[in-house]
Amino acid sequence: MSVSAFAGSAVPGPARITVGTLHYRELNRRLKAMVDAGVEQIELRGVFGQRYIGTNLRAPVRLTVYGTPGNDLGAFMDGPSIEVFGNAQDGLGNTMNSGRIVVHGDAGDLLGMSMRGGEIYVRGNVGYRCAIHMKEYEDMRPTVVVGGTAADFFGEYMAGGRVVLLGLHLPPGAAHPGSFMGTGMHGGVIYVRGRVDRARLGTGVAVREMTDEDWPFVRQCVHEYVRLFGCGTAGAPGADAGRRGTAAGEAGSPAPSGKKILSAEEILNSPFVVLCPQALRPFAALYAART
Amino acid sequence: MKSFVLNDFIVERDDRRCIRCQVCVRQCSFEVHRYDAELDQVLADEEKCVGCQRCATFCPTHALTIRSSPREFRANANWRPELLMDIKRQAESGGVLLTGMGNDKPFRVYFDHLLLNASQVTNPSLDPLREPMEVRTYLGAKPARLRYENGRITGDMPPQIQLETPIMFSAMSYGAITYNAQLALMQAAQELGTLCNTGEGGWHPDFRKFRDHVTVQVASGRFGIDQDYLNQAAMVEIKIGQGAKPGIGGHLPGEKVTPLVARTRMIPAGTDAISPAPQHDIYSIEDLSALIYALKEATGYEKPVAVKIAAVHNAAAIASGIVRAGADVVVIDGVRGGTGAAPKAIRDHVGIPAELALAAVDRRLRQEGIRNRASLVVAGGIRCSADVFKALALGADAVYIGTAALVAMGCTLCQQCYTGKCAWGITSARPDLAKRLNPDIATRRVVNLVRAWTREIKEMLGGMGINAVESLRENRLQLRAVGLEDWEMDVLGVKGAGM
Repeated sequence: MSVSAFAGSAVPGPARITVGTLHYRELNRRLKAMVDAGVEQIELRGVFGQRYIGTNLRAPVRLTVYGTPGNDLGAFMDGPSIEVFGNAQDGLGNTMNSGRIVVHGDAGDLLGMSMRGGEIYVRGNVGYRCAIHMKEYEDMRPTVVVGGTAADFFGEYMAGGRVVLLGLHLPPGAAHPGSFMGTGMHGGVIYVRGRVDRARLGTGVAVREMTDEDWPFVRQCVHEYVRLFGCGTAGAPGADAGRRGTAAGEAGSPAPSGKKILSAEEILNSPFVVLCPQALRPFAALYAART
Repeated sequence: MKSFVLNDFIVERDDRRCIRCQVCVRQCSFEVHRYDAELDQVLADEEKCVGCQRCATFCPTHALTIRSSPREFRANANWRPELLMDIKRQAESGGVLLTGMGNDKPFRVYFDHLLLNASQVTNPSLDPLREPMEVRTYLGAKPARLRYENGRITGDMPPQIQLETPIMFSAMSYGAITYNAQLALMQAAQELGTLCNTGEGGWHPDFRKFRDHVTVQVASGRFGIDQDYLNQAAMVEIKIGQGAKPGIGGHLPGEKVTPLVARTRMIPAGTDAISPAPQHDIYSIEDLSALIYALKEATGYEKPVAVKIAAVHNAAAIASGIVRAGADVVVIDGVRGGTGAAPKAIRDHVGIPAELALAAVDRRLRQEGIRNRASLVVAGGIRCSADVFKALALGADAVYIGTAALVAMGCTLCQQCYTGKCAWGITSARPDLAKRLNPDIATRRVVNLVRAWTREIKEMLGGMGINAVESLRENRLQLRAVGLEDWEMDVLGVKGAGM
């Protein structure tokens, strides 16, 4: 490991850490020391699965991560902004409170679980049980935008927040492959571009058409997605949800040959549906009344 | 539909004593009593009575007696009246039966089959009124060996919680119990030098001032958890399971999610607060380890991280995994543990007694040589100082009490917590009922109880000729069993009385 710049030094640009096989505890301790010293931008090179990056930082620091960050990237995170040039693993943004995570690749299971605030943008696909039990509170309303598709149980138990699933690489006319999307959701909303197979949905979720109130948010997310990732096709490593493991750093490569690059307007010009709760009180009638 | 459910209770009113003051009418939150002005009589709708004894306690002339209804069907040892009534209730509603408080079924209470030793002739007993008796204990991982330099301990010591008595208050969320009830527990914990657990329902801003005496919970609902929540507390507890309802989640119904509860849980008011059955980021011991270390990272390795499980069949092996996953404290909650709301079928039939699980876990951790790596806390059915004492002798570092603390405040175990109608202001959802509990008087009662128990523990220690709870821990030689089978004594690690 080497630290190329600290706050207050004359070196312009972000501080840089070459991570290698450094233990996560030491990495996060050094990150915290740098942030406490006032460093505002830090670049992490050669990240090899170190966990909990961003968890202990409570400042609007900007982290740029090259390589593959480990599980629970930004878990309990409150404030930082993290951009990953590579794939992310499980638990990204777990119980996150505020901040932003952008992944130029795929992400694993449990992304955004119980997240209460902040934003997550993923260029490619995400794994199982993502956006489970997302919440919202007063003016905190978390956002998750996924360019590809999601494996099973996407948005299960959702209690708040907004999720956009763009399905950019799905073959024309194909439904999203994940089962039990939105099962038991009792708050929040899931916007899905492309076809949703209703037979694959779980209990408690309703499907409706987009309304005028939905479009401004979706439009804003799509424009931000295209701004962040430069192109409208998924183009990300890993063809199907749940399978990851393409070499880190490959993300950001051009769209696979043969795939048309879509503009934001072209993406928005395709059919979207909305998944929402059937009821805010799903279990109101489950119990025997006392006489 | 005509209801076939018979009354649970009979209301007897001695008309010669009744002065028509109508205290009972005002006190009953289940609307049993009503005054008929024309008859100048107080009448009772007995089918609504839950037997909480609020009216009988407050009747100034002791005119009221609330008795169990005999419900005398043809005698049948198999089909007990409770079962018949449950069937009829479900036949009429099609719903899951809910209940509150702990398992009330006559499973063997092992504490009642263990007797304590005392010094006679061969070693002197100690008098706690005249000699110092140490009841302080520390929760947290202990290093495998201590190194000294110039009489001081050197090297890294994992974070420790100092408890002035080995009795803590178990997890009861604001929302499940009232603001005043939780306030009373926190004030009592502060005064006693012990810990109070927030439960998973968040940590109210007004209660942050008790931070050095508060354990916060991280459970499947992840309510109200942010960096302040984790970092301001003394200890963080991951709740995997609860003795009253192992393996299942829960939901606080929307009508109980008042604006204040919503603020504490950080969710919108009026929505159901759902706690999924599992924590979806924990499907294995490895996942548990990931969350333990996520919490340690979030808190700078400055707080012990506890993991609470319900006592289930393989508790010993699971606890071993929990310790190896990095937990600093393991909490075992037995089958008699209380709850604000649980399906009756689950509460009464899932899990194993705390005493057996505790003894098995302690022995397993010792056999594996990892007992020092975590403290052991037992919960679920601690009813008196002798239960605390026996739990320590079976290997616990400390105990959690929940029900006993609520009983000290006024609870009578009527098991209606889930209705929100608690007449005692302990679990009430209605504001007019919730304010019945005076937090300062409740604090006094709880502090008195724990002080009394602590004094009794010192008496029992002294009788054995022991002067510190640290010397009692896992001291099974001080226990003898009566009326237990061989296998039970094997699990507990105790000999029969007379041996």
